Amino acid sequence: MNEQEYYIPSGTYWPIIGSVGIATLFVGFANQMHGASWGGSIMVFGFAILVFMMFGWFGQVVKESTSGKYNSQVDRSFRWGMSWFIFSEVMFFAAFFGALFYARQLSVPWLGGADNNVFTPELWDGFSATWQQIAFNTPGATLQSGTAVSVPTQLVDVWGLPALNTALLLLSGVTLTFAHHALRADHRNKIIGWLVATIVLGVLFLGFQIAEYGHAYHDGLKLTSGIYGSTFYMLTGFHGFHVTVGVIMLTVILYRVQKGHFSADNHFGFEGVAWYWHFVDVVWLGLFIFVYWL
Amino acid sequence: MTTVTDHTDDGHHGPEKGLMRWIKTTNHKDIGSLYLWFAFVMLLIGGAMAMVIRMELFQPGMQLSEPQFFNQMTTMHGLIMVFGAVMPAFVGLGNWLIPMMIGAPDMALPRMNNWSFWILPFAGGILLSTFFMEGGAPAFGWTFYAPLSTTFAPDSTDFFIFAVHLLGFSSIMGAINIIATVLNMRAPEMKLMDMPLFVWTWLITSFLLIGAMPVLAGAVTMMLTDRNFGTAFFDATGGGDPVLFQHIFWFFGHPEVYIMILPAFGVVSHIIPTFARKPLFGYSSMVYASASIAFLSYIVWGHHMFSTGMPVAGELYFMYATMLIAVPTGVKVFNWVSTMWRGSMTFETPMLWAISFVFLFTIGGFSGLMLGIVPADIQYQDTYFVVAHFHYVLVTGALWAIIAATFYWLPKWTGKMYNETLAKVHFWWAVISVNVLFFPQHFLGLAGMPRRIPDYSLQFADFNMISSIGGFAFGASFILFTYILIDCIRNGKPADARPWEGAKGLEWTLEPKAQYHSFNIPPTKVLIEQESQNS
Ligand code: HEM
Ligand SMILES: [Cu+2]
Repeated sequence: MNEQEYYIPSGTYWPIIGSVGIATLFVGFANQMHGASWGGSIMVFGFAILVFMMFGWFGQVVKESTSGKYNSQVDRSFRWGMSWFIFSEVMFFAAFFGALFYARQLSVPWLGGADNNVFTPELWDGFSATWQQIAFNTPGATLQSGTAVSVPTQLVDVWGLPALNTALLLLSGVTLTFAHHALRADHRNKIIGWLVATIVLGVLFLGFQIAEYGHAYHDGLKLTSGIYGSTFYMLTGFHGFHVTVGVIMLTVILYRVQKGHFSADNHFGFEGVAWYWHFVDVVWLGLFIFVYWL
Repeated sequence: MTTVTDHTDDGHHGPEKGLMRWIKTTNHKDIGSLYLWFAFVMLLIGGAMAMVIRMELFQPGMQLSEPQFFNQMTTMHGLIMVFGAVMPAFVGLGNWLIPMMIGAPDMALPRMNNWSFWILPFAGGILLSTFFMEGGAPAFGWTFYAPLSTTFAPDSTDFFIFAVHLLGFSSIMGAINIIATVLNMRAPEMKLMDMPLFVWTWLITSFLLIGAMPVLAGAVTMMLTDRNFGTAFFDATGGGDPVLFQHIFWFFGHPEVYIMILPAFGVVSHIIPTFARKPLFGYSSMVYASASIAFLSYIVWGHHMFSTGMPVAGELYFMYATMLIAVPTGVKVFNWVSTMWRGSMTFETPMLWAISFVFLFTIGGFSGLMLGIVPADIQYQDTYFVVAHFHYVLVTGALWAIIAATFYWLPKWTGKMYNETLAKVHFWWAVISVNVLFFPQHFLGLAGMPRRIPDYSLQFADFNMISSIGGFAFGASFILFTYILIDCIRNGKPADARPWEGAKGLEWTLEPKAQYHSFNIPPTKVLIEQESQNS
């Protein structure tokens, strides 16, 4: 398309469909949590609408892009959009990392009597303010809501699956970069090979993560295991969700590569997904260090 | 460059007809109008709740509501005004004005722009629906501190949480769009330091939104899991801490208050030079002041928690950091006053609102300074003094700028002129009543009247009655405001393309009622420099 013209897209139904979808999903979810038997189905229905919207919306954008309607200005707008979207995700994770640091450095030591709050150890018999073991020595403890605290019997082993997963995810970052180089050199078969490798590594990561959850859960480490269980599952859970989304996006990119959507110098879709994947990678490094290791 | 709209619709020639125009639109002016009308409706709904609050507080004793209902009113009033009225109003202004001011045809990501708006009615609907649920609407204050909002809150809280998620998505998408627009759609010849201040302040606000809103999303997500899935983020019996909630909330909350005031600074920086017929004093210092205010706003959140309890070093740090914000804020006030100094001033309605903004916002800034002093705040915390402070900065600050902007750019939006006499009557009515409403609340607070309580002891009676009378009068002023707006849209006299003699800015070079796509061909360097505020 002409570089001398501004591009303004046509009107669209997809946003309102998306709003209906996400509102339905949330209303269903809330009702499900409050014990309404129909909540779950409404939630799934809302999710289906959302998926439909994404197919439709992204499909339309892909079609417009491949038919050559976009100029380099549109491309730059997409780049700005994607980068700042990723930054907003960083800040979302920052909230949970903040909670983790606060608990480790402040609230748990305070509960253990640091800074002269000597009364707290008497809250429960044998309370120990050791990170990870915060709930270990408190059998029979309940949360304020009345939920029983689940007491894990074993610590998570850093150098088992988590370390393996770190290696897998870092490797996937490398293979994805190779795919990008191949794309820039226009080697279609190599792109596909490296992309498939990246996806396989991502799926392996998710598989091991599920296995790891299985172990932890079996040992009694649950969301209800106090602040350690809370931060552990929420951080790794949101990360796992992002990896899942990343794998789906990579698969779509693989499909689009096969369709010949990208050229050596015009492949924002690929790059946007690559940025996202590297972001997920970096978050994992933070998780590995602060949740599993230290 | 010329504009090409995707030819799958007839957007090339103008808007579609009927309701579908508004649902499908990708036009920044349509979306701006939707935002502004949405904000206006929310303002009236939130205002109605304020009337209930002032009626209850008219006299000591319980007048017309249960305490629980009163708490629902204060909570929902705050939430609706912040998230439903002030923020959407500024996004609406940004949508309308930014493309015109930077010489662009539209926003950078027009379809996402549509979604940012069309999430809002759903979020607002979910939020308001909580009134009709068992246990009533949220009643824990707009700051929704744990454990009030976790362990002790009604079921409707989960709906409130999802409404906040939706509002957050909307704000984040809106902010991303504005960043992309300013950085990528600007006329090629326009340097950053040629950008009008409203554009600068909105750009900076966008960074605040992208940094702060996801943290709020994190906070409500933790609430959600604490409430429903047995996590212990804010529960000391599981090793968490309710104080953690306050830290996360205010890490969002303080940038949030600047999200609501920075675009207001931008608006005022347009209006004052116009009616003083002088260039803005200290353009670049305005830009740097805005940026440093934004940066500082991320590192002062603890001033909301002085009496919560914090290590002394923390209290001192947050106190001094808070004082520091007064410096760039002072720079701004100084520049506005210097712009007026020896100007040939006239006092059309937008100017009246802008000048009173400078006075009244500064009062709010001073009371903020008082609140920022730790030993003093221990006394003021949770009294009506705080209520007076934030209403001076938000009502006579943020809302004032929104109203000023409405009068200032209304001719460009509608191609018509409002009724100047009525508008002046409205201004004096509002500015007097708002002071009758909020000024006595300083005294109430200093005398120790707590906020968020429906009843009070006898010594507070007089000032409360005065405040309520001011409140009713201020509320009524919006009837006149509505009339003036509708009268302008329906019967206004045709306006000139540049209705204000001293006005500078690319928007005034467009047709009297700005054309559907603002700049199909980017403005020239000469034109940009001629219309630049930085001269
Ligand atoms: C001159 C700069 C300012 C300073 C030093 C300042 C300081 C403070 C302090 C210390 C408090 C806490 C009072 C307490 O709870 O005891 C406070 C509350 C508040 N401020 Fe400001 N402020 C300033 C400007 C603003 C602006 C510009 C806005 C919004 C446009 C604003 C909105 C608020 C709000 C909404 C609250 C109350 C929050 C609540 O509900 O507890 N402030 N301010
Ligand atoms: Cu603050």
